[in-house]
Amino acid sequence: MTGKLDLDPVLVARARELAARAGAPVVELARSHTTVSVERAVLRLAGVQGADPDGIPWVNRLVDAVVADVGLGHGVAAPVFDALAREQLADVTLLAQKAAAGSVRFEVPAGRAATASRRASRRAVAAGVRRIDRRRAERERLVRRFGDPRRRPWIYLIVATGDIFEDVPQAQAAARAGADAIAVIRSTGQSLLDYVPEGATREGFAGTYATQENFRLMRAALDESSRELGRYVRLTNYASGLCMPEMAALAGLERLDMMLNDSMYGILFRDINPIRTFVDQRFSRQVHARAGIIINTGEDNYLTTADAVDEAHTVTVSQLLNEYFAHEAGLADWQLGLGHAFEVNPDVPESLRLELAHALLARELFPDAPLKWMPPTKHMTGDVFRGNLLDGFFNLVGALTGQGILLVGMMTEAVVTPWLSDRDIALQNVRYVLGAAGGLHEDFVPASGGFIQQRAHQVLGSAVELLERIGERSLLTAIGEGTFGIMKRPADRGRGLDGVARHEGDYYNPAVEILEGAGS
Amino acid sequence: MTVVPEKQVVRPYGDTTGDGMVQVSFTLPLPHDKRAEGAAIQLAGKMGIDPAMLVHARPMGDGFTFFVVYGRVNHLVDTAAVRVVERDFPLLSAKEVNAVVKRQLRRKLSVVGACIGTDAHTVGIDAILNVKGVAGEKGLEYYRELRVSNLGAQVGVPDLVAAARAERADAVLVSQVVTQRDAHLHNTRELSAAVREAWPAGKRPLLIVGGPRFDEAMTAELGVDRIFGRGTTPAEVASYLVHALITSRRAATV
Repeated sequence: MTGKLDLDPVLVARARELAARAGAPVVELARSHTTVSVERAVLRLAGVQGADPDGIPWVNRLVDAVVADVGLGHGVAAPVFDALAREQLADVTLLAQKAAAGSVRFEVPAGRAATASRRASRRAVAAGVRRIDRRRAERERLVRRFGDPRRRPWIYLIVATGDIFEDVPQAQAAARAGADAIAVIRSTGQSLLDYVPEGATREGFAGTYATQENFRLMRAALDESSRELGRYVRLTNYASGLCMPEMAALAGLERLDMMLNDSMYGILFRDINPIRTFVDQRFSRQVHARAGIIINTGEDNYLTTADAVDEAHTVTVSQLLNEYFAHEAGLADWQLGLGHAFEVNPDVPESLRLELAHALLARELFPDAPLKWMPPTKHMTGDVFRGNLLDGFFNLVGALTGQGILLVGMMTEAVVTPWLSDRDIALQNVRYVLGAAGGLHEDFVPASGGFIQQRAHQVLGSAVELLERIGERSLLTAIGEGTFGIMKRPADRGRGLDGVARHEGDYYNPAVEILEGAGS
Repeated sequence: MTVVPEKQVVRPYGDTTGDGMVQVSFTLPLPHDKRAEGAAIQLAGKMGIDPAMLVHARPMGDGFTFFVVYGRVNHLVDTAAVRVVERDFPLLSAKEVNAVVKRQLRRKLSVVGACIGTDAHTVGIDAILNVKGVAGEKGLEYYRELRVSNLGAQVGVPDLVAAARAERADAVLVSQVVTQRDAHLHNTRELSAAVREAWPAGKRPLLIVGGPRFDEAMTAELGVDRIFGRGTTPAEVASYLVHALITSRRAATV
């Protein structure tokens, strides 16, 4: 690799090797455990739908019933389809309803019953996976028909009213104003719900609940906008929190295009148990791989709690780990929206050059990934004028370093949820910079041995050192000790641990069998 | 030496004393045309801006127009009638805080902090508590004589109360950023009620809330001891803790 930074190819290869060494034990952990959310995702793919009158989804009721009778470690597919045959029911949702009423007993089937129930569950889940395949083919068809945005980066805008019926016109207006990707921010706290709410929702806190129906409504609205605008407008949501696998399944079923999905975000920022997160994450990424969804990782978050200069290398390390876990789960490079952010304190001398060095390093380390470039938040204040200037520099760095997805920064970050006018001003800012300097990356070649090259080499060097230290112990220990983003998260603590189980010898998961059998 | 008396009545300053010039921007739900511009001037007039200069009008989407208006505002500000919460305690350095705690409390001062309710924005509580601190100033974890337990985001009120009991908290710090539907106010009231239920009167820990959207004068209404707003530093919080828990109490009992 002889790019603009003159990175040492041996060192880059070493970094990847070390990331694999640090990640491999975690993958092993993920392959030998399951979680309630993985099992619920399997049931969703098998066709269980809807919720009880209290709003608790039938997949939750069904998994809880199976766990109460036989535990989680066998996987729920075989016990559920065994019971379905014994009860002579045709519909798994009906079985869930009976199970919730306490009128079904679950067993771990053995012998011929085991073979039959496995085969039946595989057939049902395969039908769900086929639906995901059809939605992916549909996306490819629509992209061909309407076209992709004419230039990179894609412009990514956030909508977050709490009410899906308010979000829809706002999202359509944003698309008309130039957004290529719309993200519907989730309600604060949804990541800690151990179930996926049902139906269209009109109340949320600083965001809108992610539900299958909300996904469907928004995708349909953006299809309308795509037709109107002559470019395919992408929809983004979150496969994070306690229901990561189910979110991935629902996103695949409703043709979402990008999903926030980070390997460590839930652990560090939501205090979700590390094992739960890694197990859920692997399954969700397998689903994303199949669905042709681009994941967006969350490295920007580290820099909101840690210093963007001192901790720049932790971003690189996390990107390398995210890449390793993503490849292992079957995602291709074009699906890796690896995150990073413009968060260097603007009062630091040469802050713009530091940003350029960091952004270019990510670009050159991951040449085929559509990097996700995140705007300043930490150093945004109520001074909206200065904020708009900062956002302009952020846009410039994005243009100079060939970022794939640009999240539009708002000058009122840290002041209010964006107003209509804030969004308009922000888009003007983006359009001006991309219009005036969109091709400047051709001319932008940092001086050999100069400040930017040196800084990039330094960050890569620190990243390799950190990976070496992690490799000597393990990634779980490193997280436990607070290596990333300051927070200390031991493996035996955190939310959702009670929903994790080690595989029994006869663990069966038809979804994983299908997704892994398919290859990448 | 002559002392220039502080002016009591002032007007906004554009480029000459007393010119009263202000600049505002807003959006009206009207398509951009002459009428919309007239409407913007009318609004500016009602805000006390006269004459109002409409310097920028820009259509946004369907049926909205963004305006920037400059003009002379005819209101006067009487600084004598301004009511704010001034800092009523001395600002101490980390060293001084440690010294007071060590000498006068003779044990570690226990602080429990969290974001309560559904609020996941730990930026505020972390800035105050984490060693990392904010703007180059170290957080309370850095203070040797403080024992800090940061429970992080989305902590339930009962869990916070339980943790405060377990840690024998001298003070409970809560940060609230999300303000949609006044969530920050509801959560704070819930906390103050729970704390009053859990401890006998006079024995409860000091209750401190912080966040960018709190009105610092609402302490009584919310049932807390102190509210810290935007821009609060760890040293201010630490100094307040020492003042409220140690120095002012001793002064009262001596």
